[in-house]
Amino acid sequence: MSAVAGAPSGPAPLLAVSNLRVEFPTRHGTLRAVHDISFEIAPGEVLGIVGESGAGKSLTGAAVIGLIDPPGRIAGGEIRLAGRRIDDLPYEAMRRIRGREIGAVFQDPLTSLSPLYTVGRQITETIRTHLDVDAGAARTRAIELLEEVGIPAAARRVDQYPHQFSGGMRQRVVIALALAAKPRLLIADEPTTALDVSIQAQIIQLLKRLCRDHGTSVMLVTHDMGVIAETADRVAVMYAGRIVEVGPVADVIHRPAHPYTVGLMGSIPSIVEERERLTQIDGTMPRLDAVPSGCAFHPRCVRAVERCRHERPDLVAVGATRAACWLAQG
Amino acid sequence: MADALLQLTDVARTFDVSPPWLDRVLERKPRALLKAVDGVTLTIERGETLGLVGESGCGKSTVARLIVGLHAPTRGTIRFDGAVLAGPGAEDGIAQRVARRGMQMIFQDPYASLNPRWRVADVVAEPIRALAPRTPAEDVDTRVGHLLAQVGLAAADGLKYPHQFSGGQRQRISIARALATQPRFLVCDEPTSALDVSVQAQVLNLMRDLQRRMGLTYLFISHNLAVVHHIADRVGVMYLGRIAELAPTRSLFASPQHPYTRMLLAAVPDLAMTGRPRTAVAGEVPNPLDPPAGCAFHPRCPFADARCRREIPALKPVRDGGEVACHAVEERRLALPPLPA
Repeated sequence: MSAVAGAPSGPAPLLAVSNLRVEFPTRHGTLRAVHDISFEIAPGEVLGIVGESGAGKSLTGAAVIGLIDPPGRIAGGEIRLAGRRIDDLPYEAMRRIRGREIGAVFQDPLTSLSPLYTVGRQITETIRTHLDVDAGAARTRAIELLEEVGIPAAARRVDQYPHQFSGGMRQRVVIALALAAKPRLLIADEPTTALDVSIQAQIIQLLKRLCRDHGTSVMLVTHDMGVIAETADRVAVMYAGRIVEVGPVADVIHRPAHPYTVGLMGSIPSIVEERERLTQIDGTMPRLDAVPSGCAFHPRCVRAVERCRHERPDLVAVGATRAACWLAQG
Repeated sequence: MADALLQLTDVARTFDVSPPWLDRVLERKPRALLKAVDGVTLTIERGETLGLVGESGCGKSTVARLIVGLHAPTRGTIRFDGAVLAGPGAEDGIAQRVARRGMQMIFQDPYASLNPRWRVADVVAEPIRALAPRTPAEDVDTRVGHLLAQVGLAAADGLKYPHQFSGGQRQRISIARALATQPRFLVCDEPTSALDVSVQAQVLNLMRDLQRRMGLTYLFISHNLAVVHHIADRVGVMYLGRIAELAPTRSLFASPQHPYTRMLLAAVPDLAMTGRPRTAVAGEVPNPLDPPAGCAFHPRCPFADARCRREIPALKPVRDGGEVACHAVEERRLALPPLPA
């Protein structure tokens, strides 16, 4: 793998996002979907990003890979991949990074694959776009990749079309496609949400194994805490466009500091624990055009005090995690 | 079973998914019949919640639709509260309609199941107006206000349209509409699957409160095992149109018997299992148009033998009130997991 010139060596983060802001200009004013988000992903690390619908988690992933649909735009902050700034690159330069340096797996495998080409052609196209190999070698590599993601009879299935694969097998093809050019970062946006539980477990194990073997870093965006719990090293919890808590996965799940994280964890039913009632967070995530002042969570927070209504807390270290909450800061 | 509210006996439903006649003749293709539900027998007692779980295409939603009468069964009998809804001796006409008033259904998608052009008050009032057309308008209004209050909405919300509500609030509206006819039994087909977890918790808590207060009986269908574990008293696990295992919730989750149930439970990610790998289930659900002979699960089952490949296992009672359809369990070829303490 080629190192980007001038990249710092050692434990420097592979991906560094600082003060990222994503906005949508509309007739009724500018909507800010992602506010001043900062996080880092170390080489080989799996960072989970969780949140409910509208938290801005998918947009954060889309911003990193440069796929925010206009009129949405990155309005501030910077994104660095191995030290090199990538958020302001021209279209062509970003296109070379996408697929080569950053791979992506999305929720619905059918939208990631073209129905008109065989899966083999789609994989070889990706390989030959980014790597200097001839057609024969690319095809051999495509078959190897399909074998690696666990597709039986890969040499035969390489010439089949996406509709000839089941949902789980299609997602395997998408993973093969995402890893075809050996990217250093994989963005997986709800990779298992459309799949049945038994298939979901297969896909998660596959992603974990491949990323460990190749040393790929993963940004795993999902609403499913269970998937995060077994996959991620660290997790960032998003609410109304901001990170409200971030830390090692076990600490965030078992010793959360932010009241939203506490409520979120308590609202998830478990298959091992019996509870009479689930923790209930009343209300819903605010709409982008009506984000409350101060801490955006205060109208739903049972512990909110006067300060929460006026002043917005920053992320600070609380125990093992970092949380944005006045109460947790004492 | 003196207090059974709903009884299905050997209920089956086959769908004809054949290509058009001319194609069949020209290409010499046979008719294609899909057995969506193939011999389901179950009883739901008054006041309990029966959970039905399974993967896509296992027939759980078809069971719901057969019960509420959106499909007619190809075979078998459905009895509800003393009346025969389908099968030999089924009530006809008015008697059938009167019997069906005792049940309502809540659908998965709260965006598709509410008419976008109707005000919420009209959505909720429709069942009352349809079933008791002579109810005075003031009484309907009072009742709608009361129903909305019951599900945690304000009476004034009745003047709004569905698009002005979030997903969770819409599901509350669906529940209010379902309760409008004062049913005893609710069929809930994935009622929280389209909702975020914190909103799902609100709806599950509400459903439980309503059940306590009104003595409702639920059939709760979901693909989410954790949700079913939370809400159900008994759980049925379906695989390819049949029930593989039916047991009280606690014993099903603590000591699953059927190899498919064991695999499903091992595959569920749980917060308590942080960092621990889960056992992936090998293989995929077979094509229901061409199901394997014998036990439908045998190609994925590590305990399958010649008998499993040949003979379809029947649901047989096992310890602590459960029933399992598995030759290996019946023959004690399987090491049983320990009983819960």
